[in-house]
Amino acid sequence: MTRNRNMEIASVVAFLAIVFVAVPAAISASGRFDLYYTLTSVALLSIASAGVWLTFYIGRINIGQGAYALMGGYVSAILVMNYGWSFWWTLPVAGLFCAAASVLIGLPILRLRGVYFAMVTLVLTEVARLLALALPITNGAKGIVSIPLPGALSVFGLTIIPDFATLQNSRLAFYLLAVTLMVVCFGVMYRLVHSRIGKLCQSLQQNEELASSIGVNIAYLRIIAYAVSSFFGGVAGAIFAAISQSIYPSSFTVTDSVNFMLNCFLGGLGYVFGPMLGTLVLYFGWDLLFQTGEFQLLIYSGLMIVLMLVLPNGLLSLAETRKKA
Amino acid sequence: MAEMLEVSVLTKRFGGLVAVNNVSFSVREKEILSVIGPNGAGKSTLFKLISSFLTPTAGEVRLKGERISGMAPHIAARKGVVRTFQETTIFKNMSVRDNVVIAHHLRSTASLLGFFIGTGAAKADEAAFGQSADEILALLGLSSLAGETARNLPHGHLRALGIAIGLATNPSILLLDEPFAGMNHEETMRMVAMVRRLRDLGLTILLVEHDMPAVMKISDRIVVLNFGQKIAEGTPSEIQANEKVIEAYLGSEDEAIGL
Ligand SMILES: Nc1ncnc2c1ncn2[C@@H]1O[C@H](COP(=O)(O)OP(=O)(O)OP(=O)(O)O)[C@@H](O)[C@H]1O
Ligand SMILES: [Mg+2]
Repeated sequence: MTRNRNMEIASVVAFLAIVFVAVPAAISASGRFDLYYTLTSVALLSIASAGVWLTFYIGRINIGQGAYALMGGYVSAILVMNYGWSFWWTLPVAGLFCAAASVLIGLPILRLRGVYFAMVTLVLTEVARLLALALPITNGAKGIVSIPLPGALSVFGLTIIPDFATLQNSRLAFYLLAVTLMVVCFGVMYRLVHSRIGKLCQSLQQNEELASSIGVNIAYLRIIAYAVSSFFGGVAGAIFAAISQSIYPSSFTVTDSVNFMLNCFLGGLGYVFGPMLGTLVLYFGWDLLFQTGEFQLLIYSGLMIVLMLVLPNGLLSLAETRKKA
Repeated sequence: MAEMLEVSVLTKRFGGLVAVNNVSFSVREKEILSVIGPNGAGKSTLFKLISSFLTPTAGEVRLKGERISGMAPHIAARKGVVRTFQETTIFKNMSVRDNVVIAHHLRSTASLLGFFIGTGAAKADEAAFGQSADEILALLGLSSLAGETARNLPHGHLRALGIAIGLATNPSILLLDEPFAGMNHEETMRMVAMVRRLRDLGLTILLVEHDMPAVMKISDRIVVLNFGQKIAEGTPSEIQANEKVIEAYLGSEDEAIGL
């Protein structure tokens, strides 16, 4: 038991050392500063994917995370541009806005199961895009552009985060922001899954009727999980808008929603860290396949199908079987 | 003896079909009452009405005097009406012990947030649930299988696990839908003894069953349904001698009542 605990702490420390120290050191040594952008994207996408993973955990296939990422991006952009808010305040507000919206949307649709829920969420992404095109406040197809970089964040006159515009290397700053949030996000997820809440979610996934007959308020739990999921989506979207300093109706589309889901499949639906690994592998895998030109999508899809057939429980199941053997 | 559950003029229509028709009876405290009837008689529907999984078209169900029909199932469970299912229902990818531990959920004193943070109340709950789960597993002879993944259990033990899950909720009345289905004679007799022991420990039990010898052996009283209507009510010997009951069973393709 204590040995396991020590192993856990060691892994966490090693992971933190890699993302906060080793990666930045390696990047500045090699001069590949573009990697900051890539890794920031991976971190943010893995946050959105973690949300999707949580909906899988209560037995729902969620292909609608793109809608919340888009919503979060717009909420942050509009608050910064139209109301002069600091980005730092828009970040939690974007998450909460998405969580609130997901409660309203989830109330009717979370009753659906299986392919029905999946289809409705898929449509949701498209609806979000069309709304962004149509609403006056989102500025249609032109989107919202020239969003200023995040300003300084001070508490009681103490500057905690400097103004990104004054930084020499705002890419590093965004990387650190994204990775920090990723660590927090997966910390929360880990805690959720390893507390009673995780078991309750599993009970929903495995048998909703039985769960409700033993007194689990399944409707409430579904809403909570979906709201947390959408919160993650919104936060990720808001940071994306800040990095690219713009947001368009096409910033997050059905393809992104599908990718969030694939990230979870690939990493493993049974493992909290599955979406993180899945995102990393898929993101880099897609880039590597860039060399293959017109065959990129074909090879990519083929590989995904083979992987799902060979490893139905995701990449992390490899580590598990090795441990058992 | 006091009445635990009162079913009054309960009716459930599915479109044109009246699955449960004007059924009234009551279950006394600490008795085993069985509901029997040919296939399609409306027994499972009656159970779903009592456990609030379905809302009655007319009539009502009262638990210790309080109306429970129309409540959400998880609220009815909190009030003390808990059912096991006709189909094998367990959390199949959890361990046997986790199945029983999670079923303690409605005894929680801690909130979801409390469990997330890991407050003292949450830790106390966890410890209490674990201990109680071990006791229940021992009572049902499942201790040696506690670490097994539930889906790997043999059929007889699955049924026992279903009952263990029901027990963990600490119900006032436990509804068992065909607890002996698919069991051989020996397993059935073991389960009969088990259910009687639960009754002796103070539980009120309502069950649906097709296995007539088992029903006759286990029941204090029996209610007979046919085509949604109650056609008889009484002790096992009264039911065995009842003309209407014999007719209902002979008239159906069901096995004879096993006299
Ligand atoms: N949800 C439903 N919608 C429509 N009809 C239903 C529904 N549930 C049950 N019925 C019908 O109601 C009648 C009673 O069904 P019920 O399952 O209660 O019977 P039962 O006595 O439990 O039968 P068995 O012994 O086969 O389990 C049947 O004719 C069944 O087809
Ligand atoms: Mg039935």
